[in-house]
Formats: sequence, structure tokens, C-alpha cells
Amino acid sequence: MTEFDAATAAVQAALDAGARYADARVMHRRYESMTARNGDVEELTQDESIGIGVRALVGASWGFHAVPDLSAAAARDAGRRAARIATASARVPGPPVDLVPVEAVTASWASGCQIDPLGVPLSDKGDLLVGATRTMAEHGADLAEGLYQIWDTAKWFVSSEGHRIDQRIRECGGGISATSIGDGETQRRSWPSYRGQYGTTGWELVESLDLAAHAAQIAEESRALLTAPPCPAGETDLILGGEQLALQIHESVGHAIELDRILGWEAAFAGTSWLDLAQLGSLRYGSELMNITIDPTIPGALGSFGFDDEGSPAVKRDAVRDGRWVGVLAGRDSAAMASLDYGGSVRADGWARLPMVRMTNVGLEPGPHTLDEIIAATDDGVLMDLNRSWSIDDKRLNFQFGCEIGWEIKKGRRGRMLRNPTYTGIGPLFWRSMDMLSGETVPWGTPNCGKGQPGQTGHTGHPAAPARFRNVRVGVSA
Amino acid sequence: MSARSEPTELELAGQVIELVRRLGGRAAQAEAVVTRADLALTRFANSAIHQNVAESTVGIRLRVHVDGRTAAGSGSVVTADGLGALVERTLAAARLCPPDPAWPGLGPPTPTPPAPPVDEATAHAEPDQRADRVRAFVAAAGGLSTAGYCRTAHRSSAFANSAGHTAHGRSVEAAMDGIARQAGADGVARRCADRLSDIDGAELGGHAAAKAQAAADPIELPPGRYEVVFEPAAVADLLQNFSWYGFNGKRYAERQSFAEPGADQFDRAVTLVDDPLGASGLPFDAEGTGRRALTLVEAGTTRAVAHDRRTAGEAGAESTGHAVAGGATWGPMARNLRLSGAAAGPASAVGRSTTGAAAGAVVDSDTAALVAGVRRGLLVTDLWYTRVLDPKSLVVTGLTRNGVWLVEDGTVVRAVRDLRFTESYPRALGPGAVLGLGARPVRQPDRVDGAWWAAPPVRLASWHFTGGASG
Repeated sequence: MTEFDAATAAVQAALDAGARYADARVMHRRYESMTARNGDVEELTQDESIGIGVRALVGASWGFHAVPDLSAAAARDAGRRAARIATASARVPGPPVDLVPVEAVTASWASGCQIDPLGVPLSDKGDLLVGATRTMAEHGADLAEGLYQIWDTAKWFVSSEGHRIDQRIRECGGGISATSIGDGETQRRSWPSYRGQYGTTGWELVESLDLAAHAAQIAEESRALLTAPPCPAGETDLILGGEQLALQIHESVGHAIELDRILGWEAAFAGTSWLDLAQLGSLRYGSELMNITIDPTIPGALGSFGFDDEGSPAVKRDAVRDGRWVGVLAGRDSAAMASLDYGGSVRADGWARLPMVRMTNVGLEPGPHTLDEIIAATDDGVLMDLNRSWSIDDKRLNFQFGCEIGWEIKKGRRGRMLRNPTYTGIGPLFWRSMDMLSGETVPWGTPNCGKGQPGQTGHTGHPAAPARFRNVRVGVSA
Repeated sequence: MSARSEPTELELAGQVIELVRRLGGRAAQAEAVVTRADLALTRFANSAIHQNVAESTVGIRLRVHVDGRTAAGSGSVVTADGLGALVERTLAAARLCPPDPAWPGLGPPTPTPPAPPVDEATAHAEPDQRADRVRAFVAAAGGLSTAGYCRTAHRSSAFANSAGHTAHGRSVEAAMDGIARQAGADGVARRCADRLSDIDGAELGGHAAAKAQAAADPIELPPGRYEVVFEPAAVADLLQNFSWYGFNGKRYAERQSFAEPGADQFDRAVTLVDDPLGASGLPFDAEGTGRRALTLVEAGTTRAVAHDRRTAGEAGAESTGHAVAGGATWGPMARNLRLSGAAAGPASAVGRSTTGAAAGAVVDSDTAALVAGVRRGLLVTDLWYTRVLDPKSLVVTGLTRNGVWLVEDGTVVRAVRDLRFTESYPRALGPGAVLGLGARPVRQPDRVDGAWWAAPPVRLASWHFTGGASG
């Protein structure tokens, strides 16, 4: 029995049990991670998981059931159970459910991969992390950590509308961090970001990060931060490095434009959104430099795919154009409820999880400047980079971020290093204050986006470059 | 998991250990955990069930130590081929790894502690039963928009290692968490129990609705330091962060934790116990060590941190039964913390159970008693999106959620818009900082079953709010 056969059997069983629509995803995921600490491998894990998840729509109610068994009997049982759960959902019914049309296709897609990450010898991968963490320890880090992670996912999707799609997505990445411990506090520096940079690529991404070359510098910076002056409190011009801006986009734009949040489907947990659909197309989200796209077609970016997990093809769309809010992340049912004509942003974290609205690659189009030009144009401000903490309210408005490192900017020059830099603000006010944007764009990958109940971890991409924001409150402390 | 014809979890774990012996040699050390789980969650929003899921899964976790080298792996295929592939790839990975000089060895055969009985009705709950609780919650909210979930979880798990130690146990859990909404103001009610029959959707819906109505028309207060009464949901966030960053034996060994066993780090009212078998739970950890109650803080004095075999070995201590999968990286976790109620501590605020215009803000007598003693402060229901700025001082930023009220002269006077805070959690509960505790800990669900946080409401002398809803 092939994976397609199992998915087809599950869908047919759901239909036979009363569903008016059903789909099934068979997923086979292999995962490998290694962590190292202070010159030793700390943990090596290799996981493998195979199963099928079936979604059934009975009337206006959904049900979902998942099992780790691809036999015909198990697949059919999962389909029947999904329909039965959907029937139970009807005890507390909602409005009618429609699905925006998507062409039923038979297709295959695979992400690009030059060097199979699972094929690289473990000894080579271990040597990389051991060497880099040893170097950090030798250069003053009390805690020198490194890791890589690899996901190799094959999936087969079948729907009752005729979809038959298989995809193989390989993702990997890694990074290193140095922590120095002082009296009552710790300071951390990472490369290229805490817990690493990731993409839908092969091992070539990890090689390009050149972890060993940056180990000594970040260790020394973590030590130096312990005695650096604290980031002063007050309002100032803020320059953000690209990695931090990527997370700013993720938290204050990406989640805010998720249609399920806007419709209230996440109200009790992840939260809602400050955005109102009545303002789609007219609301000023940010300055005219702000152009945000939803683009799962970017080669190598972590949020890329050929088709989402309900069979919609990857399509690039605008979310914010010239500062105006124009698009959302949607699925077929949420789009229909909002009278929109596109989905395309639904994904599931494995076979045992319900597909839901997730970010793909949500990022800023490049600006006209460089980081050096932005610094040179700044008379008095603070440059912050690499995220250390992130927090935002349930409407995605009020945020506070902490970064690993800051630098004083005086009269167009980078000055003293600053420790514990933080900044806070309100999303649209912050984005409207962006007046300079670099074109040095990197498609940052975030492999730990939490959402949903039961919890799901999403992999998202965020093209971003350094930018300047005016009159931002910085230096918040306990 | 009832009436299966396939091998039991213990039989599968034994097969895995035998395969390691056969393929890795008799010197290979191995431990295997096999878990079958039936997890179901019925989710509602806009007062309708919109997501309703269930999964029946099986998972095998294997850790091997061969030729002085260690690797771990997991799989979901329990056929002979699947088990063989898991063992082969984990052994191969171990042989390619650098030496592991800190390998703590395997736990010897020891009796497994008795665990609370499993409620079979909860273990085999049907989707209709969860849906009925949702329907009751929605109905009790009296027309307010509602959202949340009702979930049930049943796990049957077995452990075996090549030292001859085996263990088996089962756990169940039921939980409900929901909000009622009115004009942008939310009220919440949240419970965790060993029996689905102890989850009363109508009671929870009524509480959530009362709090939502009391949260209407909030004012904005300036940031600053305020005396606070935290309800159990808010206290649960403190307990989670204490567990992850403070009482974690790995972070303690790395000097990243604030914990100093023997030091008077907390107010004398604070007694904190990890009590994994105080409710339905598996009686052993990921290394097969028996789980039992561990006092972390006793009357303000830090007594212990949680250990697995590896961190215990480094500290010259014994494992406390807190090993988790991935623990070599994240460290051992205490996931069933209970902050003792006032009866176990030396101080308790007892006052008038009065509220003013926002009458529904207080839904229990413990909270009412604490509020009655506040001259000017805030009643906080829940905390949200808390993130650590510095792990050693455990300075955390986050926001209030699901209801904040101004308290004046012992009376809740009106609702307040959400506030951002930046605060050191251990300092906020430090000596002299706890002005009162409720008598009855209320068990709050975690995001995953098996973890829970039980706390009474707490009155604190000062909490640093660093921003308002407007920035």
C-alpha cells in the first residue's frame, strides 16, 4: 500500500461516513539534531515519525484524527473517526463553512538541496560544533554552545476534490552562542543568531555560516558585555540589525495578518489581531518604505514550499504595500468566511496535527540604503542586534524586545558597546517611524513559531535588512 | 489503548533492549521508553466548535551508550523492521559520536512508586463528552462570545533498560480553559483535573462571563510599581519560570540559576513542592527513576533543585526523578509545582470579601480575602507572553491578560487596561514581599498534558509595570 493509497482510503472512508469534504496528509519526517557544549558533544538525537492525519468536514463542522499506521484498515478507521469527531463538533455549531476554490492538481515538488544534510558524516558535523565551542571556551565564554538541526520531510496529500500532491522538503541550519556569567547576570552573544539560521536548503547553508570563524569574537564580546555600560533609558533613534528586524516582522506583522487570528479563531490562546478586515486595503500600517510580502516561493527560505497543506499552490502576495495593509495569511475556509478569494498559507506540524494558518515567508522588500549609510546619517541613537527576548500582547500591538548587544551611535559613528539593550513600542506607530531601510536583505529563518492547541511548531522565513526607527523608547529594565 | 492485540508497551520496550544487546553487544547500555497516547482536544471560538482533533499515537524513545559514546533516537513504527531500524541507526550514531565522559550510567532495578489510579471514563472519553462541556460553557456565558478548549489525555508508558530495570504506568488528565468576551474585555476560567467528570463547563463559563462583564470599560493607569493580587493563573506563570530557569539542575550547575540551596531566598510564606504523583501521573521519569515529591522551597528557604542522573552525577547528588527527553540540552524539569496555601505557611491575609462596581472580578473567597487587605493595588488574573531578559536574575517581561482591576481600600473599583511589566520573579517573592496567600491551591493546566501548576492567589508588595496599553 503506497502513501497515496493510504491517504485515498482515509478520504474515502470519511466521505462514506458522511463528510462532504475530506483530505488526508501522510507525512514521513526524519529529524536530527546535535548540541555541543564547551568542546564536547552534549546530545545527538535522530527521530523518525510516520503517520496519517485526516480532516473531515460534516455540514459546517470539522473533525480531525491521526494515527501512526498506514495500513488500509487503520487509514479507513482514521477517516471514519475524523467524520465522527466532526459530527460531535456539530453539537456546538458555527456558521456555514465554505472553501475558496483551488484547482485540483496532481503534482510533485521538492526543495533545493546541494548537500544532503543527513548524508554528511556525523563525525564531520560533530567536529564543527566541538571545534567552535572549544574556541569560544578558550576565548572567555563560561558557556559555549553550538547546535544544528535537520528536518527531512516527505508528504503525500489527497483531497476529496482530486488533489494528489507529494512534496519533499529538506530544512537545516545551526548556530553558536557564548555566555559569560557575572555577578547576578549573564551576557550572551550568538552567531548568526541564537539557536541559529535555518532554511529549506542542504548542509551548504551551515557551511556558509562559517561558525568557526566567528567563535572567538562572540566569546570575547559576551565577556566584554559584562562590564559594558547599560543601555540608557529614554527615547532615541533606534537602528535594528536584520536578524532582530526579522523577529520584529514575525511578531508585529506576521502574526497580526493571520486571518484566523483576525476572525477570532485563536482568541483564547494565541490571541486576536488589532487589524480589522474592514480596513484591508486602506489602513496605514507603516511608512512608505514598508513593503511586506507573503512569499513561499523564495528558494531556500525557511517558509518555502510548493503547495500548502490543503493543496493551494505557493503564490507571492503583498501584505503591506507602500505602508498600506493589503493582504493576509489565509486558508481556504478562513478566506471564504472573510469573503477573500485566496488561501495558500495553511500548514501542519506533522501528520498528527491539524493544518492551520501559518506564516510562510513574510518579509520586507529591500530598501535603498546600507547599514553604514544609516549609521552615518544618525546623530544620536542606539544600534541593537540579535534577539535575546521577545514579548508582545495578544492583539500584536504592544511589544518589548531585548537584544544581545547594543552600540551607542553618536554623530554618525558607532561608539561604545551597551549591555542589556531593550526597546518597546506599539506596532503601527513603530512601523510608521521607519525612515531608513537597508537593501542588505537576508532571509532569516525561524524554526520555533508556536501556535495552536494542541501546540504546533512552525517554520517561517523573514527576509529583513537593517533599518532605522525614530523616537523609540529604549532601556526598559526591572 | 484498550483491548489491543499488539504487544504491550513493556513488551515493546523489552524488545528494543534485546535488539540493542543483539546488535550492539552485551556491553552496550540502553534505555527505552514506549508510550501509547490517546490525546483529544475540542476547541471553540466565537461560541462554536471550530477545531476538534484526536490522535492515537505510539512513540519509542531509545538512548544508547556504547564504547563510551551516547546517542538518542525516537520512532513511531513498532513493527519488527521499525524497531530494528531505530536500534541500528541509534547505535550507528553513538559509534560516530565523540566520547561522553559524563555518562551517568543506568538506573538499577528499583520498585516503581505507586501512582494514583486512572479514571477509565476519562481515559476513553468520547468527543461528545468534550463537546457537551463546551456547550455548557457557552450556554453559561449568557450570550457573550466564548473561546477555549476542553481536552482529555491518556498515556500508557513503559520503561526498560539493559540493567534489568523496568517500569510501567498510566496517566490521565482532563482540562478546560476558556474565555468569555464582551466589547474587547475578556474573562477567563481554567481548570485541570484527573477526571473529566470534575470539569464543570457551566461553572467555568459562568466565572469567565462574570469576569468579562467586570472587565468592561477599562481605564488606563500609568506604569509604575503597584501592590498586586495575582490569581492562580498568573501565579502559574511564576511557577513555570521558576521551574525552567531556577530549579533546573543543569542551569544550576552552569551557574545560570538564581537558586542557592540553604539560602533564605523567598518570603517565609513560600513553600514550593514538585509533586508529580499528587495527581494522575506517570510514576517514573525518562530514565526510569521513580518520581516523588520534592520540596524545592520550604518556608522561604531554597532546599533543592531538580536533577536527572546526569546533573546529579555532576553535582554529587542523587537523581530526583526529573529526567525528560532532550534533558541533556534543556536540563531536568519540575513540571508539577504546587505553591502551598496559607495553611502551610506562617502568614495569611484575612479580610473582607467585598467588591465594588466590578462585582464579578472576584470569583472565589481566597481572592476576596486578599483583595480586602489592599489599600491601593491591582488584581491581576493572568500573565501573557512572558520572556526572560536575564536567566540568572530571572528578570522577565510580559503582559497582563484576561482582566486587571484597580483595588482601593479593599474594594475592586474598576477595570484597568492591560499593562506590561518587567520584573525579577524571585525578587518579587523575596523575603518580606509576600503579603498574603490564599488557602487553596488551584490546579492549572500546562500547554501539554502531564504538566500542571497549582497555586492559591498571592498578594505581593510590589510589581514593576513598565508600560501601559498605549506603550
